[in-house]
Amino acid sequence: MMEEVKEVVSALSVHGHNIKIPEVVTDGDTLTFLVVSQKLSGTGEYHVYRTWDDFEWLQQHLFSQEDVPGIQGIIFPPLPAKAHVNPSAKVMKQLGFLGLGEWQPYCKALETFLQQVATHKILSKNKAVEVFLTSSDAPGRQKVKKNIFNRLSQAVEEMRKEGHKDVDEFFQSERDHNLVLTGCSKTAAEKFLDVVLTEQKVAVACGHFSAALHLCVEAGEDPDKKAFSRLCVKISEVFDSMKKNVTSVAENNMKTLGLGLDLESRYQEAEREMLFRRTCKLVELENAKRNAEKAKPVKKAVMEEVKTATETEFQQICGVSKQEISRFQGVRVKMLQQALVQWCEKQLLTAKESADQFNQHLQAFRGMA
Amino acid sequence: MDDPLIEPISSQTENKPAGEVVSEPSDDFVDLTNNVSVTTESAVAEIPLDEPSDDFVDILGSETEAQREEVVVADVTVEAAVAKSEVTSVVTESPGDGKTESNAEEEAQETSTAPIIDLSGDLLASDTQQPPVSDKITNPLVDLLSDDSPAPAVDAKKPSGPPQKSLFGEPDEDLFGEPLGAISKKTVSKEQKENKTAEPADIFTEEAVTTTPSMSNTSTVNSKTNGVHSEEDADIFSEATVELSLDSPQNERKNEVTAKPSASAPTSLSAAASLAKPQSAALEEEEAELEDKFDILVSYFYYQISTTLPLFRNKTFTVRRRFSDFLGLYEKLSEKHGPNGFIVPPPPEKSILGMTKVKVGKEDSSSADFVERRRGALERYLQRVVNHPSLIQDPDVREFLEREELPRAVSTQALSGAGFLKMINKATDAVSKMTIKMNESDVWFEEKLQEVESADQQFRKLHALVESLVVHRKELSLNTASFAKSTAMLGSAEDNTALSRALSQLAEVEDKMEQLHQDQAANDTFSFAELIADYIRLLGAVRGSFDHRMKVWQRWQDAQAMLQKKRETEAKLLWANKPDKLQLAKEEIAEWEAKVTQYERDFERVSATVRKEVVRFEKEKTKNFKKQIIKYLESLLQSQQQLIKYWEAFLPEAKAIA
Repeated sequence: MMEEVKEVVSALSVHGHNIKIPEVVTDGDTLTFLVVSQKLSGTGEYHVYRTWDDFEWLQQHLFSQEDVPGIQGIIFPPLPAKAHVNPSAKVMKQLGFLGLGEWQPYCKALETFLQQVATHKILSKNKAVEVFLTSSDAPGRQKVKKNIFNRLSQAVEEMRKEGHKDVDEFFQSERDHNLVLTGCSKTAAEKFLDVVLTEQKVAVACGHFSAALHLCVEAGEDPDKKAFSRLCVKISEVFDSMKKNVTSVAENNMKTLGLGLDLESRYQEAEREMLFRRTCKLVELENAKRNAEKAKPVKKAVMEEVKTATETEFQQICGVSKQEISRFQGVRVKMLQQALVQWCEKQLLTAKESADQFNQHLQAFRGMA
Repeated sequence: MDDPLIEPISSQTENKPAGEVVSEPSDDFVDLTNNVSVTTESAVAEIPLDEPSDDFVDILGSETEAQREEVVVADVTVEAAVAKSEVTSVVTESPGDGKTESNAEEEAQETSTAPIIDLSGDLLASDTQQPPVSDKITNPLVDLLSDDSPAPAVDAKKPSGPPQKSLFGEPDEDLFGEPLGAISKKTVSKEQKENKTAEPADIFTEEAVTTTPSMSNTSTVNSKTNGVHSEEDADIFSEATVELSLDSPQNERKNEVTAKPSASAPTSLSAAASLAKPQSAALEEEEAELEDKFDILVSYFYYQISTTLPLFRNKTFTVRRRFSDFLGLYEKLSEKHGPNGFIVPPPPEKSILGMTKVKVGKEDSSSADFVERRRGALERYLQRVVNHPSLIQDPDVREFLEREELPRAVSTQALSGAGFLKMINKATDAVSKMTIKMNESDVWFEEKLQEVESADQQFRKLHALVESLVVHRKELSLNTASFAKSTAMLGSAEDNTALSRALSQLAEVEDKMEQLHQDQAANDTFSFAELIADYIRLLGAVRGSFDHRMKVWQRWQDAQAMLQKKRETEAKLLWANKPDKLQLAKEEIAEWEAKVTQYERDFERVSATVRKEVVRFEKEKTKNFKKQIIKYLESLLQSQQQLIKYWEAFLPEAKAIA
């Protein structure tokens, strides 16, 4: 563990693309993740252990950078929900794909989160990122003050602002579109999760059947009995490879498209939050304008000042968010494409392997006397 | 030869001699063929539809032409007796037929087959005078079967199929001639024929569904119920014909044969004929409405059976049977062959729930599933029957496969649902009770019984597991479908053209995959679940055969005990010095000694049969499972290859997203 902290201004001391979380350690109820990042200098890696609280600490820091203009226009990389060692059914549901398979998908999601942060033009400049990635001390033990950027924890009245008519056509259409996509991607991810879960059930059922077939095996010298026992063993093998097939299909689903859809859905959510923040600002600006118009001469100056300030802020947000949106569109298409291609390739591989295996079994049976 | 006359009354032991016939298939087969070759001569006759009695004369006439002189046709008494026996609902019907047929012939001849004639003469008398007695009539028939000489008479029922067809006015010359010719050829060697029997039969090509509007049906069904009787009369008819030709060789005789009884006969015949038309593609469903306020739904599924057995010289028979007919066949077979230790394959259970669902017309997948499951089960059931070297020789089996119209099995209707299950379970219950009593002399049987028990447990477990696998597969298919839908929606919401297109492509792929999953579920069901269910039933039958063996053992033991008692009595009498009674006692002892040896022989015979059957059963089991797994793997492989195709087609789409 190195204590080498570079100047924050000059981006990070590590390769943003190469951050990995290869390992997860369970410690009581909490999960601790090993974060590995390669030094820019070329030699060595940083190995740090972080809990989910640390990740949250990092995100809070990112949210609360008040010195960055237009910070509210940023689509913050979404941090997966908190996971426990033995998650309750509710948490599992919330986690979706990330709750499956020994936390590997979860690690993957955290990894993506860190990569997204570390490669983000604006966010990577934050000192907290560097600290998070390189400091051997856990940074997040002290509670960060929650600020307005806390996730979509809006009150009902705030929710109404979401339907507020936009002044900018671009944003209006983006908002509409985002709303649809958020819903669709969420449903798709959920449905796909159902598929994977059932596949796992099928795999288990195959396994049970395969195991039960072994019970039919009887000892004895009787040739008929022997023949039947041998047959049972063979059938058991068939079902075992079927189990493996379905298991790997499920795994492929989970690791590629499943994660992709999950990320997509969370990112859409993040974009929605950003758009919402912008809308809030818009409403604020409109209010300020109205106030400025109506204000009595005494207060007029103050009001005007507020209005101008808000307007500048809004403009900044709009600028940043426009950039963010176009960047996001590119990134997510690429990401989805990657997921789809990988998925397809893996499934193809599995299907071919299974076909091969089944074929072998078939030949074996045909060859059986 | 006196036995047949006595036994009808005792009505307990009648099963045993009947079985003997079957246990010696070669014998009766030879008989059959011998006789059949005679029949062939009398065969050809053109028969108009309307006047059955006339064409009957024709048949007889042609037969006369072939060999000897005049045959007179006219008898109302016999027919009346038949009608009565039906009204009183005889337990087994075809025996009834056989009986009447012997009635018919009885009048005519007084030669070689004297015992039959006597017997049937008695029966005729009892029939005409006191109809209530008619339940007992079944027994003599079975006894009839027991003797070698009557056996051909029963077998002769088989060729009776064709003549009956001719009643429907079909161009029948070759129909008639061919199968018979085939059979007569088979006379050449028994072995040959047995080889043929071993070959798989292609049964049940399709099952038919048609719905007919209720109004017209009402009449159909009514005439159907009437038709049951008249139909039988027709059967009797043709059987009588065959009979005649069989017995004719020695002397001239006068035949008094049934004339058509009622006016309902012709109509029902034509109705039956139209029903029997094989071309109707689908299952016939008939509904009848009672005049009361209730609407009662009486629907039947007809299963169309196509048989191409080498045994029948590759001729394809197509007949239509109801589910209860299958049960009836099973009942007949198990009654005849079960006591001899044969493992009689059981048909699927009657499922009231499943069937009602289908009848009510719920067009969901489960009812279609049910129909298909049952069809498959019946098909496998029949295949097992015809692949059994002994059962295929049973006249009832042949009749079932060949005859256009089967006499309605009254008894099987009572045999529905729970009753049927009880019948199957009865055997197994008895076994467990009896095991305690029987001190098994043969370790092999003891071991086998245990094996069967544990196999039963295992199969039940396997069955439950496969069923749950199927449930999950179906769920998977459903989930895939909804994923496909949501992908399609996501695709349509997507702005990026390439991505949008890829997503809709993906939706299509997923749709296809849903189909694959569904097929896989069906494959699991029909390859494994059903096979295992079959074997659970078959294991029941195996246990039944063990049970029968034990019953025979029990009888032997009882007889021994009885003999012991008689001997003690003799000793007492000797001591008491009562010579008059002593003679009687000695006779009794002799009688019982004979019985004991007979029963012991029976027991040994049954034991040997059971043993042979169990070995055969196990061989078949392995063969069956192997065949099934190969089929299963083939389809599995196919679906994987299909999957590969889908993925390969999709991959460029995914890569094209920019």
